[in-house]
Amino acid sequence: MKAKLLGGAAAVIVAGIGTAWFLTAPSPLSDDDIAGMTGDPEKGALVFAAGGCASCHIAKGADDGSLVLSGGQTFETEFGTFYAPNISSDPVHGIGAWDTLDLVNAVKQGVSPEGQHYYPAFPYGSYTRASTQDIVDLAAYMKTLPASDIPSQDHELIFPFNIRRSVGGWKLLFLSDDWVVDGDLTDQQMRGRELAEGLAHCAECHTSRNAMGGLQTSRWMGGAPNPSGSGQIPNITPSALGWLEFDITEYLTSGFTPEFDTAGGEMAHVVKNMAQLPQEDREAIAAYIAMLPDVE
Amino acid sequence: MKTLAKLFAVAAVAATAVTPVVAQDALEGAVKARQSHMQLLAFNLGTLGNMARGRADYDAAAAQAAADNLVVLSQMNQMPYWPAGSDSDAMEISAALPAIWEDFAGVGAAGADYAAAAAAMQAAAGEGLESLQGAMGALGASCGGCHQSYRKPQG
Repeated sequence: MKAKLLGGAAAVIVAGIGTAWFLTAPSPLSDDDIAGMTGDPEKGALVFAAGGCASCHIAKGADDGSLVLSGGQTFETEFGTFYAPNISSDPVHGIGAWDTLDLVNAVKQGVSPEGQHYYPAFPYGSYTRASTQDIVDLAAYMKTLPASDIPSQDHELIFPFNIRRSVGGWKLLFLSDDWVVDGDLTDQQMRGRELAEGLAHCAECHTSRNAMGGLQTSRWMGGAPNPSGSGQIPNITPSALGWLEFDITEYLTSGFTPEFDTAGGEMAHVVKNMAQLPQEDREAIAAYIAMLPDVE
Repeated sequence: MKTLAKLFAVAAVAATAVTPVVAQDALEGAVKARQSHMQLLAFNLGTLGNMARGRADYDAAAAQAAADNLVVLSQMNQMPYWPAGSDSDAMEISAALPAIWEDFAGVGAAGADYAAAAAAMQAAAGEGLESLQGAMGALGASCGGCHQSYRKPQG
């Protein structure tokens, strides 16, 4: 009886592991998903700026204008230390050997060409909302950037986060390309949402996370502890921020708050990136920020 | 003799107990002083920035005065404001990252960028709105250039 029970339990566990293994498998897109699309490197440059790619992937200590994406910036988190990898056009140490679909899968699905999960320190949880055409354009642009043969560094993570397959569970729980802010939006607000919830990945810092590292959408953009350093990232919902739309647009253009203070830390990079976008895109982001539900 | 030794001992204990408190006050004073310096910067930047944004009418004399002030502020010796031990890890009221004390050369370079941008604004501010607007970008970038590496984000 006891043996039978144990056998039954073992079967359930095996079935459970089998199911978990199946459910946590990476789910890449196929060539059909990008069929008929061609990449425009000029549009890709704007996607690159909106996504803030260089802010994480330039070499440590490199100037902001640097487009040598050799990686090496470190991100200390409660799960361990992440090192941004080399994503330059070098075919061995960078991503020069990737085809367009490889980049689409990396950016939108968080899956490597070898079919492994990336850790969500790479903000594909937001990028997944970007249009596939945007990433096809990005691929065309990134091919034009210089190569660097500096090898990527391995992340240093604590158990169980050092097991990549565990990211599959995280994706099941938290990876969704649904919009967070829904309802009747103007065209301008929709464009702002596309950028803010997608490429610009504002929520990755401005929204707090649960114990498993998932964004708490009920407190969307309501502020959070700095995920990669000391200090607090501000609540940017309208009542807490107290800025006009005009102020937000100006801030994303010049870096000046209405009181003529200027941003520090990561936000200084973000302002430089946003300043490269067309004025109407910054206005769209401002329109979206101004309509966010208040978080206390 | 014994009493004298005792007295010294008491004095020594008292000194170790009191010294940190005095130092803490001095550190807080330094933090307040540099925050006041930043306030003066923001006030004068605001005069120029609001004209640049079209929120205030262009006024050549007021713009020139603000730009002159920014140059004077860039020439002040700030060393007394930044004592060791007044970083954001050590003090709640401080937003100055410890990186400042590890990289004086970088801070100095960022300060030089600001001084150059303020001097350019001094030359431009009184010469019309377009000229003022043209100098505003570099000025803002120089503020961000220092804050990016050396200032803690603030919620």
